[in-house]
Amino acid sequence: MGFMDGFLRKKTSGNTAKDRLKLVLVSDRANCSPETMELIKNDIIKVISKYMEIDTDGLDIQITQMESDGGHGNVPAIYANIPIKELRSPR
Amino acid sequence: MSEVIVITSGKGGVGKTTTTANIGTGLAKLGKKVVMIDTDIGLRNLDVVMGLENRIVYNLVDVVEGNCRLKQALIKDKRYSNLFLLPSAQTRDKSAVSPEQMRKLVDELRKDFDYILLDCPAGIEQGFKNAIAGADRAIIVTTPEVSAIRDADRIIGLLEAEELKKIELVINRIRMDMVKRGDMMSVEDVVDILAIDLIGVVPDDESIVIATNEGEPLVGSDTQAGKAFANICHRVLGEEVPIMEFETESILKKIANLFKRGY
Repeated sequence: MGFMDGFLRKKTSGNTAKDRLKLVLVSDRANCSPETMELIKNDIIKVISKYMEIDTDGLDIQITQMESDGGHGNVPAIYANIPIKELRSPR
Repeated sequence: MSEVIVITSGKGGVGKTTTTANIGTGLAKLGKKVVMIDTDIGLRNLDVVMGLENRIVYNLVDVVEGNCRLKQALIKDKRYSNLFLLPSAQTRDKSAVSPEQMRKLVDELRKDFDYILLDCPAGIEQGFKNAIAGADRAIIVTTPEVSAIRDADRIIGLLEAEELKKIELVINRIRMDMVKRGDMMSVEDVVDILAIDLIGVVPDDESIVIATNEGEPLVGSDTQAGKAFANICHRVLGEEVPIMEFETESILKKIANLFKRGY
């Protein structure tokens, strides 16, 4: 299995280069510094924590390219994955 | 009608000057009246690539400052009488010329030339701003490497902000053998990432080094790079020429390799 696996899904350095470039260009084009991302992240945690308990360590937020709904091709989008630890019962 | 084309890249050492020399010479070969301007003040190079370094009397800064007339500073090429070079100044710095002065100079040249090519310095500072000031069209030179492509993307963003409408891409120094084994990004990969029109692909070719050694642009010669640059010139004129396929290894080389491996 190991052999076939390596054979079929061989990650070439050319592909690595393309993937790395795509990520770098998304943040270059968005002109959004890591500091700004950190501030956004902290604000999101603050807001959502009012309503539910979230796993702040597992929280992942990034700017990526996504297919737009309006059919305008790829547009930059903020992607956030926020794991919920416990839904607080409404008071 | 004349057209002003800036050849730029962001990153240094990807082949802007070589591309300028070969497109300039190639267009002259096709009968166009061409002037190439080296806008890299302080680090002039287009003169040596063209083999015209011994003929320089006046330069770009002299023209802008009014030390000579424009016609006095233009150097006629050795090979083509319809090809001229306006060399850069070696002992001055980038602040010696302003974008406004460049625009005026370029407009002056439009009266006499079909094509005005601006060889842009690396970087995105004053020299870059000068070079793009009067341009109608841009040719971005990149190599299939992450650093060069990242810088090219930045340059494209800046050109779009300046509302330059026609921006085209040259992928330089591609090695098909490396692309085939997956160790180099392909033409499709690079075009996909930068999302601008492709105007040419130039293979990594030893003959470029030899041509630069001798100060003779190789456009139109019987070499892979020579043919690639000739095709680019036709596309600059608006002709449809398919992107050529490069042979990775000659048959002779393949046989030689077989023996080397001991088969």
